[in-house]
Amino acid sequence: MGAGLRTWLNVAVLSFAFVVIIFYNGMLDGWNRQGRNDTIAWVTGAGQFWHPGFDRFDPYTFQDSHNLLSPEIVSEVEKKNLSPVLVSQATAFPQGRSLGVILKGIDPEQTILSLPSSALKDEINQDNAIVGKRFAESANLKKGDKLLIRWRDKNGTFDAREVNIAEIFNCDVPEADNGQVYLSINNLQKMMGMQNEASYLVAGENNPVKNPDNWIFRDLSFLLADFDKLILSKRVGASIMQVFLLLIALIAIFDTQVLSIFRRQKEIGTYIALGMTRIQVVGIFTVEGGTHSILATLLGALYGIPLLLLINKTGISFGIGQNMNITLADTIYPYYSLKLIISTILLVILSATIVSYLPSRKIAKMKPTDALKGKLQ
Amino acid sequence: MKLLIILITATFSLFAFTSPDAMEILDKVDRNMSSRNRIFESEMIIHGRRTSRNITSVTYSEGNKQSFTEYLSPARELGTKMLKLGNQLWIYSPSTDRIIQISGHMLRQSVMGSDLSYEDMMDDRKLTEIYSAELTDNEIIDNRNTYVLVLTTKVEDATYFKQKIWVDTERYVPLKQEMFAKSGQLLKRTSLSEVKLIQGKWFPTRIIYKDVLKDGEGTEFTMTSIKFDQNIPDYIFTKAALKK
Repeated sequence: MGAGLRTWLNVAVLSFAFVVIIFYNGMLDGWNRQGRNDTIAWVTGAGQFWHPGFDRFDPYTFQDSHNLLSPEIVSEVEKKNLSPVLVSQATAFPQGRSLGVILKGIDPEQTILSLPSSALKDEINQDNAIVGKRFAESANLKKGDKLLIRWRDKNGTFDAREVNIAEIFNCDVPEADNGQVYLSINNLQKMMGMQNEASYLVAGENNPVKNPDNWIFRDLSFLLADFDKLILSKRVGASIMQVFLLLIALIAIFDTQVLSIFRRQKEIGTYIALGMTRIQVVGIFTVEGGTHSILATLLGALYGIPLLLLINKTGISFGIGQNMNITLADTIYPYYSLKLIISTILLVILSATIVSYLPSRKIAKMKPTDALKGKLQ
Repeated sequence: MKLLIILITATFSLFAFTSPDAMEILDKVDRNMSSRNRIFESEMIIHGRRTSRNITSVTYSEGNKQSFTEYLSPARELGTKMLKLGNQLWIYSPSTDRIIQISGHMLRQSVMGSDLSYEDMMDDRKLTEIYSAELTDNEIIDNRNTYVLVLTTKVEDATYFKQKIWVDTERYVPLKQEMFAKSGQLLKRTSLSEVKLIQGKWFPTRIIYKDVLKDGEGTEFTMTSIKFDQNIPDYIFTKAALKK
């Protein structure tokens, strides 16, 4: 504390680094949690069973990747433990433009995904479809509009018809929205000539079917792999920024320690003359330097807790989620886990202690008599 | 009563005598439009929303199984080659010096942004093989008398479920075609013109393809020169020819 105002400057900078690290990682954790939850709710369910040839990122596999639903699967569909989805490529023609779309046939009665599939019921002389907000905006569609779609059936013969946009849903997962047109699965099966067939099955939380024949189970680690990689890459980028921020604070502590040892040589000599070992004196100075981090933690907590709690309550809106092809909610609510807080405190304390120790090692090489005289060493 | 029966029979007999059989007409169209092989140079004008692009090419084709196309212009497409063998299609791009196989559902994509898909270009099966025909009317198109035939598919894998085709009554060449979806929705319209007598066959040398579901003026396809039944060396229809 002998460094006076310099001590408080160091503590302020370190506390800022401490709060920013928690805030930034909290934002990433919040994004991760929201993104995963949204993707599970809108796209993946608790896992999926795929036709062996199906690849959701390769539309050219759709035409040949479909299986008949066995009685066992149909029974689980009725119990709402599984939800079949039939997928096909098509072209939509909104206002005379042509747009490549994916037709997805879903069960109007399904409850596993958050899609408003009930809008696909009640089809009286019209084929209902639901689309996401992003697609509706890109195709300039409103609820109640008609959309002409053209597709090829299982034999490759063209067919076309108008569908009624029965509902436009808003979700943060582009995979559930961009270029997707949802129809009733019975309707799409008839359109494609693929009665009682599906491309994949979405599993609910309580799905008892484990390894049905001709289906391959894809778990969440597989289905969310891309999103996990995205978060990981953001974490790496963020950690570089955090290291720089921490480095600035630690350099200030290091500098303060060097100056402190230089100015307090007589004090060091006195400690040794009074019988303290050099290691004990090094320890005193290291603890003193390390105390910066304790103070920084306390100061950070003083203004950080109310600030971070406020952000946690209001969230932060970036206003870009709908325009980017990534799962990003309009408003991100940070998530501060106990693990994050403790690991950040430990990081700050440990790094501040190490940089306090490094200059203090010089004390071990001092001659006590010269130190007492205040001679430069 | 007897008189009525005689009158009805006579009317039907007269109609049968004056109206040729629809399948016969279609067969004559097939004979005109198909040949053992052909070599033609063509210009394709693709009308986009803002601009149009001209692509010229030379094509060698044999029956409906083998064809080889080399693009001559614009400079960006110069040297690009396409080879079709059976149901397979390969494209060679000189900029990457690579041969890419276009297969399965990629054949349904548009050729260079035109109103034609690779499959449209490749599917040149005889109409009599795919459709059963019904003569429904007679109309005049471009000052030519035409038979109006409605074709309905008799195979499962036809691209278009139904077609309406206007056939020149003298030359047995289609002058207009409309392609319909299973639901009856009109999908594409082609206009065929500049019919020339080439080596004893009447052949339309200008075709305008129009995807009626989207805006735009469609794609013009003009054959600037065409030769039938030539001696095409076998190596033309090999993958090795793509890199030559």
